Amino acid sequence: MTLADFGWAILRIAIMLGFLLSVLPLVIWLERRALAWFQNRVGPNRLGPFGLLQPMADAAKLFFKEEIVPASADRLIWALAPALSLFPALVAAATIPWGPNRLLTPVADVDIGLLYFLAMSSLAAYGVLLAGWSSNNKYSLLGGLRASAQVISYELGMGLALATAVLASGSFRMTSIVEMQAQPLWGVVPFLHNWLIFTPWGLIGGALFFVCMLAETNRAPFDLPEAESELVAGYQTEYSSMKFAAFFMGEYIAILAICGIMTTCFLGGYLAPINFSPIQTLGEQGGFWGVLATLTGALMPPFWFVLKLFGLFFSFLWIRATLLRLRYDQLMNVGWRFLIPVGLVNLALLTVYVIWGWIPSLIGYAVAIALYFAIFGSRKPERREVILVSEAQPYRPKEA
Amino acid sequence: MGERVLFFILAIVAILSAGGVVFSRNPVRSALLLVLNFFTLALIYFTLSAQFIGALQVIVYAGAIMVLFLFVIMLLNLGSPDAVPQERDLKRPLAYLIGFGILATLIAQSLALLIPGVPQASPDAGTARVIGLALFTQWAYPLLLMGVLLTVGVIGSILLARRRAS
Repeated sequence: MTLADFGWAILRIAIMLGFLLSVLPLVIWLERRALAWFQNRVGPNRLGPFGLLQPMADAAKLFFKEEIVPASADRLIWALAPALSLFPALVAAATIPWGPNRLLTPVADVDIGLLYFLAMSSLAAYGVLLAGWSSNNKYSLLGGLRASAQVISYELGMGLALATAVLASGSFRMTSIVEMQAQPLWGVVPFLHNWLIFTPWGLIGGALFFVCMLAETNRAPFDLPEAESELVAGYQTEYSSMKFAAFFMGEYIAILAICGIMTTCFLGGYLAPINFSPIQTLGEQGGFWGVLATLTGALMPPFWFVLKLFGLFFSFLWIRATLLRLRYDQLMNVGWRFLIPVGLVNLALLTVYVIWGWIPSLIGYAVAIALYFAIFGSRKPERREVILVSEAQPYRPKEA
Repeated sequence: MGERVLFFILAIVAILSAGGVVFSRNPVRSALLLVLNFFTLALIYFTLSAQFIGALQVIVYAGAIMVLFLFVIMLLNLGSPDAVPQERDLKRPLAYLIGFGILATLIAQSLALLIPGVPQASPDAGTARVIGLALFTQWAYPLLLMGVLLTVGVIGSILLARRRAS
């Protein structure tokens, strides 16, 4: 490794962290304004144009807040938990490419790119779990336990959904996954890109991944770990000042990172919606076409990537403003009895495509969907009675 | 040279955290030190260019299994420092015997590796492609048997849970 390689690596890390941290206030502002818009309110609009400086003011306020340590907390682990929740979020995006230039992105184009992301996101459970336990508070503990159970359950579905991208591209490498999607759509439409979401397995895998993504980041309708109507603020009840801010930052950076994974694996990464490669060949003549080729080939890809990223983030807000929070047993049922079987069948039918081509695979999809509706289509959702108890404890169905 | 320094740092962290797992009185801290131990092991795998195994080590052991351990410790409220009773029976000397036996075997095996001239693995020996090819061609039958074993384990755990529920 020469000194120049080292310098480029530092630059790549600086760009990634710089983007994640500088876009963070914007994302928080967007969440508050968009939610206000959905709920027919105004939202923060006083500080700066459109209230854009509000997150800065909030950060300044958090800096000067008093930090209250619970008397019976496990001090060391209590202080460690916010760092443990921020660290995996910050490093998880390291293998995501956001442009075609391999000197600037991704930070490390390793052979195990997607596995690296899964590893880092599986470590994210510790921050929440330990925060809940070390606070020595009933609400915090319940929040932490809920979070860990949820993350373990949905990690399996997420792995199965991501496996479709791995199987379709034949590699764990993120740049190979994007290159696979740069081919013409279904191999026949030359002016469009073959984004994975346009294939049957990609559509199902992408839908599964989207659900798992909401659950992994503890967002509505899966925000049971911090359900404010039952658990105060869940695992972060006892945190104040900058430790609370660290949890907050960790949550939003994790959302950005996981949206980046969805963009890369299913929505074509930094590829434009239309295939601009004819312009690249025309661009060799120079002049006007040369300018246009630089624009579409080198400058626009990061723009497309960020556009898709923010589109996904906006869908998070849309869902949060629309859907009700699930009950705990519903959450587990969705994870284990719907996502995982559907993901397994989807993966099996994708292998049929890889081995025998698309006709047997499409027949397989038709048979599977028909069977699903024949078996489950007429079944009514079972009604359950919920015992309401005055003390905070996990939901239990009524004993028959 | 740099790799050797890195190895010694990681090895020291791994040994210290492994000792901490045994000597810590608090079950939650023991479990956390075990996570640290698994994580350093994964980093050692990375330095040996066994990247696939390193990633799986983090996903399966440090990620899933240890979260489950911690979950159970917290759910059963074993978290207080003096909650682990120390029983005096045959288990203890037996554990010492087995532990030191494994340690002696490991030392005997690794002493041979300190002699220079040990063959180096090729840089791409640890990639997913190489491991997948080996698993699904040369070691296909052991892999299938492992699958059967895991299925039996899953069915057994479902049976146990069913019996408790009814």
